[in-house]
Amino acid sequence: MASLRRLGDEYGAGPLHLLSALASFAVAGWAFMHVFQLGAPFNFLLWFVAAIVAHDLILLPLYSLVERGAHRLAPARARPAGAPKAGAAPSALNHLRVPAALSGLLLLLFFPLVLGVAEEDYAAASGLSTDVYLGRWLLLSGVFFLASGVVYAIRRGRAARA
Amino acid sequence: MIRALEKAFGMREGGRRLPAPVPPERGPFRRDFWKSPLRGAWLSSVLSAALLPLIVVCAVTGLLSHVAYDTELAGNSVTGSDGLLSPIYAELDWPAGWPWLYALNQGLHVVAGVAAIPILLAKLWSVIPKLWERPAVRTAAHAVERLSLALLVGSGLFVFFTGVLNIQIYYPWQFSFVPSHLYGSFIFLAALVFHIVVKLPTMARAFRERGVVRPLKESAAQTTVEPVESSESVSTAPRAATISRRGLLGAVGAASVGLGAMMVGQSVGGPLRGLAFLAPRGVDTGVGPNDFPVNKTAASVGVTPEQTAAAWRLNVVGRFELSLTRDDLLRLPQSSHRLPIACVEGWSTTQDWSGVPIVELAGMAGVGELESVFVESLQEGGAFGQTTLNAAQAADPRSLLALTVNGADLSLDHGFPARLIVPALPGVHNTKWVERLTFQSA
Repeated sequence: MASLRRLGDEYGAGPLHLLSALASFAVAGWAFMHVFQLGAPFNFLLWFVAAIVAHDLILLPLYSLVERGAHRLAPARARPAGAPKAGAAPSALNHLRVPAALSGLLLLLFFPLVLGVAEEDYAAASGLSTDVYLGRWLLLSGVFFLASGVVYAIRRGRAARA
Repeated sequence: MIRALEKAFGMREGGRRLPAPVPPERGPFRRDFWKSPLRGAWLSSVLSAALLPLIVVCAVTGLLSHVAYDTELAGNSVTGSDGLLSPIYAELDWPAGWPWLYALNQGLHVVAGVAAIPILLAKLWSVIPKLWERPAVRTAAHAVERLSLALLVGSGLFVFFTGVLNIQIYYPWQFSFVPSHLYGSFIFLAALVFHIVVKLPTMARAFRERGVVRPLKESAAQTTVEPVESSESVSTAPRAATISRRGLLGAVGAASVGLGAMMVGQSVGGPLRGLAFLAPRGVDTGVGPNDFPVNKTAASVGVTPEQTAAAWRLNVVGRFELSLTRDDLLRLPQSSHRLPIACVEGWSTTQDWSGVPIVELAGMAGVGELESVFVESLQEGGAFGQTTLNAAQAADPRSLLALTVNGADLSLDHGFPARLIVPALPGVHNTKWVERLTFQSA
């Protein structure tokens, strides 16, 4: 027991923390081993690491920067701390960022179809073309911005009347 | 209970400091760099609570799909044996009794997986300050947790992203999708279980202290930061909230539901296919008898009209060998069934198929009790030019060598002159352009 406690003091957590982590790493190692046997292991590793870099160091900073720009364009109305004044004008910022985020998310997920980069394999598999998807994405994005704008106008009108 | 869990699995004060370099206190490494007042244990916990059931659905249906492929049978597997779980999969025979089973399984898999993505991205946003923690590594336990988080985030993004690209038939990588997605999921689940064990007390405390729904009642103006000591992701220099937590979660939820609905549209098909606006199989294919989605065109696997013309023969191998023309097959007793064909990619289509029951052909070849049927296609290349049906699939009276669909001859892209249609069989195993059936008796 004393030696276990000493291990905890050195390690920085209890023995179960270490044991469960090791169990988790063992399963991950087993899975990695099979990926390695199936060919192109370095390409797998590359995509694995690239996924972290692409999200944490590129995508997230990028949309945060766009956000910061949008803050300047459409500053959220500064409100005094405490309860909001009844009838305060709505924030234009949110009516921009929500449709922009939805549109961006759709592009992020469906860019192979929207930008047509999947055309060759998609056409070979389905006998169809990716042609329609750019138009559909633009249409959906337009609908998002329009709907958001209409809601904004209604809320503004209501706030002005209040 | 929570305290016991924390004591057993949580990190402790103290522990030997590892001699790791400490990043300069600049830019994102400064805690006051992060300004959003929304980040904190409660927000992360709510997102996790929403994410977890979707991940469980994906994991269970993913494994069931692997079972449905009956990978131990000849020609059915693209993953090979893993030596550990494969013998268990081999014991589990995918049933043919419920024709909609595979369509449901894959529908759930893809709907849940795609719907999880906005929540996953929001969750990663909510904890991003932890990536820039200073010092980067404190104790050995801390290093272990961070390594596990790297596995969790890397495999999570990898698995969801490869899945989304696969349903669009886009493969910008060199590895094979199926085994990479499968084994990547094991890495993800292994890291996730450890993450849950370590973080459950954080979630329990956040919900106990702030309530599960109470923060949803706050407007943007009422939004305050969570206590700074409750999590490293809480801002120490927050700006005024520009959106409430309920606003953020509402947008994430709307994205999740919207994406899920698109996938439901292509999974259920029929009148709901209109919902699949941006989904890969959301394109209207027309109204003719053969106008329903194709998984692989004849041209893509080198099948030509000449090969399937009058010279085509079906070879049947059992106790006897037979060679049948298409007219021979059409003269045999025909059977008609309305059956779905469901792709691993999460879309399905239900049609009226007609043809000769597999059991009928087995009888003609002198095989009574069937153990399995090995089916071979004319196609060249492609991962599934052949497949083996298990005993239940072979014996089901609805399992057909289909010759017509919706009253018309099959089109070349749908497998003319003859294709396999078996209840609840993964779509790609419903072999098209069949040229040989080999029956194994029990």
